[in-house]
Amino acid sequence: MTDTAASLPISERRTQSQAWWNTVNAWLLLLPAAVLLVAFTHWPILATIRHSLFITRRNGTEVYVGLDSYQAMAADPIFWKALVNNFWFALGTIPTSITLALIMAIWVNRNMRGRGFLRLAYFTPTVLPMIAVANIWLFFYTPDYGALDQLRGLFGLGGWNWLGDPSTVMGCLIVMVIWKEAGFFMIFYLAALQQLSPDLEEAAAIEGASRWYTFRRITFPLLMPTTLFVAINAVINSFKLVDHLVIMTKGGPNNASTLLLYYIYEVAFTFQDSSYAATLTVVLLMLLSVIALIKFGYLDRRIHYQ
Amino acid sequence: MSAITLSHVSKFWGTMRAVDDVSLTADEGSLLVLLGPSGCGKSTTLRLIAGLEEADAGSISIGGVDVTHLSPAQRKISMVFQSYALFPHLSVAENIVFGLRVRRVSRAERDERLKRVADIVGLSHLLERKPSQLSGGQRQRVALGRAIIAEARVCLMDEPLSNLDAKLRHEMRTEIRALQQRLGMTMVYVTHDQTEAMTMADRVVLMRDGRIEQNGSPEELYNRPATAFTARFIGTPPMNLVRRGDRLIGIRPEHIRIVAGGDHAARVKAIEHLGADSIVWCEIDGQPISVRLDGFSKVLRGEDIRIAWNAEHEHGFDSTTEARLENIVKEGRLAASSP
Repeated sequence: MTDTAASLPISERRTQSQAWWNTVNAWLLLLPAAVLLVAFTHWPILATIRHSLFITRRNGTEVYVGLDSYQAMAADPIFWKALVNNFWFALGTIPTSITLALIMAIWVNRNMRGRGFLRLAYFTPTVLPMIAVANIWLFFYTPDYGALDQLRGLFGLGGWNWLGDPSTVMGCLIVMVIWKEAGFFMIFYLAALQQLSPDLEEAAAIEGASRWYTFRRITFPLLMPTTLFVAINAVINSFKLVDHLVIMTKGGPNNASTLLLYYIYEVAFTFQDSSYAATLTVVLLMLLSVIALIKFGYLDRRIHYQ
Repeated sequence: MSAITLSHVSKFWGTMRAVDDVSLTADEGSLLVLLGPSGCGKSTTLRLIAGLEEADAGSISIGGVDVTHLSPAQRKISMVFQSYALFPHLSVAENIVFGLRVRRVSRAERDERLKRVADIVGLSHLLERKPSQLSGGQRQRVALGRAIIAEARVCLMDEPLSNLDAKLRHEMRTEIRALQQRLGMTMVYVTHDQTEAMTMADRVVLMRDGRIEQNGSPEELYNRPATAFTARFIGTPPMNLVRRGDRLIGIRPEHIRIVAGGDHAARVKAIEHLGADSIVWCEIDGQPISVRLDGFSKVLRGEDIRIAWNAEHEHGFDSTTEARLENIVKEGRLAASSP
């Protein structure tokens, strides 16, 4: 008894210093990642928010203007146009590309001839450089001698300026982005499907479940983590699209294909108005944060993770 | 009517004969064990009965109905998988009633049957849990519950105990057997563990390379192995096979005694003390042989001993075909039934 009583304080002190070292170690291990995260993510966000509250004079001095830029933004019809465009663009691309990705993944997940080739074919759009993709589709959409108009010509229909008409330009972009993203998302679904044990499907089959019932009650719920991941990616991508617009439409005609990030790019680098660009960026950041909050706060709790 | 009959069933994977001309019958209300080493085709045979694979030749009937080309659901069977195949996102209750929901059984009946089955498998207090929150034995019970709630007359089990520890395995073995008898199910049970086969089965079908090696009661397989393969497979430790001329002589370890002045000189290689008995591993003429002795054996490693056995306990096998030589058997049987 006396032995343990005597040794107790020492061991306690030792565990305390050990715990201290553990903490220091942990922070040291975290440091590289933390430095990168702060330097390239958190600090720029704070700097942007600060910048949106100032305007920069020609001589380089900054003047505090408070929420003036935000008021100007609220009165800016092009900003609203870009926001609404972005909404329709997201609505047009996200559900369709995810559904297509899931269908394609289930299709190529079976044992069949040429499966590898089919998987590769679906994945090709993702591998191609975006500038090349934009040029391919530019050829499809070219009036009169583009692929689409030549097809129309077979039915005796006249040429159509697909990207030059405000009523069709958004639809054209949506189709292209779906084509590009569905294959990429398919890879994630394919990986998730291959993680599922075939026993589950067999067990369901023995219980008399139809294929649709099995998909609805077993496969799809078990794919929910993937669906969420893919959906978040799709949302981010729909706010991130710039390069195709630069090649294909430059946001035109009459801002019919201007999306939020493209507008920010134009404001910052064409109009050289960095403080207004910062204001717009803050709005974009808030939009994406809300989506992230919904994901972590609500959806994650309702999804089964293995 | 729930007897299962396979007649001349074959299944090929390319040129590999996974199941090769298998014929067997599981009587109504009996437990038939498909036993064999891995890759012998026992699991494939079970999957053929379940309808998860389609037979390339032969026919399968359940309860007198030809089910060879029916889907698993149409065969009205239940099955327990080696992995349990529990739906990880559904609660224990939802897992158990999955099949009832598929068949649109009313909520009231579903609840009532769930309650009854949960009592039988002892899961009443865990119904809200997810499978990931259960121990291996509890998951096994969920799989069992899902199999019996359908009240199918036929239950198929694919190595259901192989993921459990030894103690639980022993418990579940007894429980599954009791349940099978209580509910009067016809059960086909796949295992590579001959102890499970010996303790649970009404009939054991020992398979090897897609073919049936021997089909009989556990007692027959133990006392009258039809081939040297069966002799080597059944028993812990299995039957000793000693080459003598053009035949193999088989003697069970428990039939060998260590006696001064015994017929054969042997050298002790190792001793395993199991408590109630000891296994002494010896060598005679360069051939390994095991001896089972009651109690705690005092022989030492490296010791030279003499062993003996009675001729009536000898089983004879042809050393090339490995088939049983009947004349020796007859003598053996006579000797066994005379005292």
